[in-house]
Amino acid sequence: MVTAGIVVMRALQIVLALALLLILAAAGFVLWSQRSEFAVIEPPQRTSFDNDLIKKGASLAAIGNCDVCHTVPGGSAYAGSRPVPTPFGTIYSTNITPDPETGIGHWSEEAFRRAMRDGIARDGRHLYPAFPYLHYARVIDDDLHALYAFVMTRTPVVQGPLANALPFPLNQRWIVAFWNLLYLDDAPYRADPRRSAEWNRGAYLVDGLGHCGDCHTPRNLLGAEKDGEALAGGQAEGWSAPALNASSPAPVPWDASHLFVYLRRGWDAEHGAAAGPMQPVVDDLARPDESDVRAIATYTAAQIGEPSAERRQKAEALLAQARDSTQPAKPNAGEETAAAIFAGACAGCHLGAAAMAPPHGIDFRISAAISAPDPRDTILIMLDGIRPPQGQPGPWMPRFDGAFTDAQLAGLLGYLRAHYSDAPAWTDLEGRLRDIRRSRERP
Amino acid sequence: MITLTVNGATHRLDIDPATPLLYALRGELGLNGAKFGCGMGQCGACTVIVDGEPVYSCLTPVIALQERHIRTVEGLGTPEKPGPLQQAFIDEQAAQCGYCIAGMIMRAQALLDRNPSPSEAEIRAHMEPNLCRCGTHMRILRAIRRASETFRRKSPAREASR
Repeated sequence: MVTAGIVVMRALQIVLALALLLILAAAGFVLWSQRSEFAVIEPPQRTSFDNDLIKKGASLAAIGNCDVCHTVPGGSAYAGSRPVPTPFGTIYSTNITPDPETGIGHWSEEAFRRAMRDGIARDGRHLYPAFPYLHYARVIDDDLHALYAFVMTRTPVVQGPLANALPFPLNQRWIVAFWNLLYLDDAPYRADPRRSAEWNRGAYLVDGLGHCGDCHTPRNLLGAEKDGEALAGGQAEGWSAPALNASSPAPVPWDASHLFVYLRRGWDAEHGAAAGPMQPVVDDLARPDESDVRAIATYTAAQIGEPSAERRQKAEALLAQARDSTQPAKPNAGEETAAAIFAGACAGCHLGAAAMAPPHGIDFRISAAISAPDPRDTILIMLDGIRPPQGQPGPWMPRFDGAFTDAQLAGLLGYLRAHYSDAPAWTDLEGRLRDIRRSRERP
Repeated sequence: MITLTVNGATHRLDIDPATPLLYALRGELGLNGAKFGCGMGQCGACTVIVDGEPVYSCLTPVIALQERHIRTVEGLGTPEKPGPLQQAFIDEQAAQCGYCIAGMIMRAQALLDRNPSPSEAEIRAHMEPNLCRCGTHMRILRAIRRASETFRRKSPAREASR
């Protein structure tokens, strides 16, 4: 009995000691995660910034797509409060207008620079990595200087902040310090001297301000971009972001000139139109210095690589077929309904055009979406259509969610995939349609 | 043979399964309310309701509509006895040339069936796909608001349960 009592006591002591250690470690970590506060400044006067500097900042801000996340659709520019869905919960963007109370009017340039590079707010709080500071860490001081001039000269707006909807423990901001320890490398961009100046400029913009990998790179369970899989294809707001490396699924291989046209104008004759979360990105890319968008295209084309002679030949054949096609593909047994739907609903715009030229849609043989590994982008476009940003011209497609049932759309998708792509058949299309419809249901 | 149920009546038609519903309505059934505007789903003049949802009848082949319920503007009332939404369009004199109006009414009807008291923002977002070249949009919006009030007065119980 006595020995048993001692064993129990011992065990209790060990448990207590461990608990104490754990508490101390946690306390130590919280203390270590603290960051200093930068002093409040008076919002700088507009006249304290040079016009050319502000202009340069505007061009860079368009490449960074700051307005996309920091503006509620239809709301005041840069005033934040837009919900940003993440797999962990919803984060509301911050107000980055120079309003002193609800925006960043009290932020010095030093505080701004730290936020961009290290993800720390002026008051020392950790920002969540939904804000892509892991990419912005690459941005050089000169460019941050111009961006600061740009944001501090926007119209101040009183708005927000809205509380994030994150579960415990993710609502504890200091936890981000641990994440940063694992994933944040705040070294600025280092040029590769073996490459051209344009390639290097593109690499700097794609990996830095452009934060293309934020959507186009797959993520691990902790929500960080996977090492060694840069631009290998990822996800964004329920859409798939196609691979921008050697596994790019585009039937007609991308090159720098087509990428430039696509990014600058929002659609390319041999690949299709931007849709979903890519639409506001290309909308922004109509504004920056043309040379920067060309650099982005040059670098991205280099990641995709030169196509083999065989792929090039196949692409030429597809373009020729698209030019000559006047009839829908002959249906196999069981595809008659799908073929009739194609003829009645799709062919009017998507058949008989050499290449895409709005209002003519793209021939499905050369559509990147129909040859993508996953059907979700095609499904979303079929259901919701494509609409240009409010008040602007651009490619357009009507929505078909009310016109067709899941079974009909699944049949149509199967028919398109079978006859207009060499890629393997998509599976469980009715299930996918049902899930996607449910996820976008009206509340 | 294609079977279509339009405004509660069933029709059997010997037509190509890829025929757009609009052509079947106008050419075969003599229902001339829905109009051909652009033929690409850009204007909404051909809008009808299928299973509660507004659809472009010019882009919906009849093969997809068997065993589904189609409603056209003719199903909402008659010239002698217009339906509440049609009456609201008359009261507000929302038509100028009238070409878009059948489509406008059907799109608005789909909204009011689902939500009898939509907000101004909901009405505008919902009606956005339909165009009026005469520019009577403000009257059309007024007509929809007026009809919404009529619907609310008629179904107070439904309103209270919302």
